[in-house]
Amino acid sequence: MGLLSKKDSKLILDPLADNNPITIQVLGICSALAITAQLKASIVMSISVLFVLGVGNVVISLIRNIIPSKIRIIVQLTVVAALVIIVDLVLKAFAYELSKELSVFVGLIITNCIIMGRFEAFALGNGPWRSFLDGIGNAAGYGVILIIVGFFRELLGSGTLMGVKVLGDPIEKTGLYAFGYENNGFMLLSPMALIVVGLIIWVQRSRNKALIED
Amino acid sequence: MSTNTESNKYTLLFAIGMVVIVGSLLAFTASSLAPNIDVNKRLEKQQNILYAMGVNENEGSSATFVSTEKAPELFNQYITEQIIIQGGNITTSDEAYLVDVKKQQSNAKAGIDRKLPLFIGEKEGQKYYIAPILGKGLWDAIWAYVAMDENMVIQGAYFDHKGETPGLGANIKERFFMDDFIGEHLMENGTFKGITVSKSNADPKNIDKTDYEVDAIAGATITGDGVAAMIKSELKLYVPYFKSLNN
Repeated sequence: MGLLSKKDSKLILDPLADNNPITIQVLGICSALAITAQLKASIVMSISVLFVLGVGNVVISLIRNIIPSKIRIIVQLTVVAALVIIVDLVLKAFAYELSKELSVFVGLIITNCIIMGRFEAFALGNGPWRSFLDGIGNAAGYGVILIIVGFFRELLGSGTLMGVKVLGDPIEKTGLYAFGYENNGFMLLSPMALIVVGLIIWVQRSRNKALIED
Repeated sequence: MSTNTESNKYTLLFAIGMVVIVGSLLAFTASSLAPNIDVNKRLEKQQNILYAMGVNENEGSSATFVSTEKAPELFNQYITEQIIIQGGNITTSDEAYLVDVKKQQSNAKAGIDRKLPLFIGEKEGQKYYIAPILGKGLWDAIWAYVAMDENMVIQGAYFDHKGETPGLGANIKERFFMDDFIGEHLMENGTFKGITVSKSNADPKNIDKTDYEVDAIAGATITGDGVAAMIKSELKLYVPYFKSLNN
């Protein structure tokens, strides 16, 4: 990458795989369970987190030297909450349909531990540009897992992708359903998200032994 | 910077300053976007009402509204009358639109007669009576626009929700659920019976339209029960009006 130095591009690329916030740091699991029953919701959630974490990291990094350490967690929370409310309002005003899709998820962003985690661990000690890259990288790492989980849960649970019936119609018995295939309703329940995340962790660690802890 | 960022005084001032800045930023954003949001909400209501009476752009199996640009024009074209029913009084009013169902529900609890808005539309010679209703799902509010004919047979319905679980309760706004209501009867020999969202439905393909049941969504028991309860308690209030129509 000519645009970024090696150190900077590491900030973006690391969280995508070897230091993924979900599969390695096991952060942000709660929202990964709650909203991945549909691919579309996963994608929208990923984009929103990308925005909030990217901007939030920059804001925290800019004011990092003037935040009193006693109340820094509250300050971080306020920044996330304010950004989330702005996202929510802007969506309601200019992309009403999309904001209805998101409904509760927008609020859920505030509780995402990845965001507070990155503010605390990175933005408080680094400059705005590096913080921005770190935010984007971590949000993308989070998004990738969300989209993978959402893909499998929607495909196997509802037989659809983005709401489109890719496997045929389960009531009319067309496509795969003509051969006796059935949707696995269990995939729609939250525990299955945990199992899918677990499978991803298994695959990832068996391919890269260095990630295995003692 | 020589300021001591750890002193109590600084901490307090910082907190106050932050609250003021963030507060005014949010207040400014909210008030400058409010007109846009109101317009969106009004258009959505029109789209919902039109959807319930079958004026929509459904294609395949997904529910599609008429576009927001066309909604006001189509609304004027199809909705011939808006009325408010309060006790025994029926008034024609363009304000039916603005009746806040939630507020009316709490009015009713306080003993004040509820204002019941009803939209009367006409399409291809058939009359539609569209009632907005509001109830409780698993997490938050659910609501619906139900279009009926003179005999309270459902002609179309649009369900929506504030925060039901995606993939489960949120599916009440999918066509496979909403369309099941079309043709269902609400009245049995002159008494109001409502519709049960049933898990033990013997009629999953929904051929029997007078069984007062539709098929429930797996994994969304409480949302489904909420839909049934909403229909039972809210649409019941319109019974006297429909009875007066048929006399």
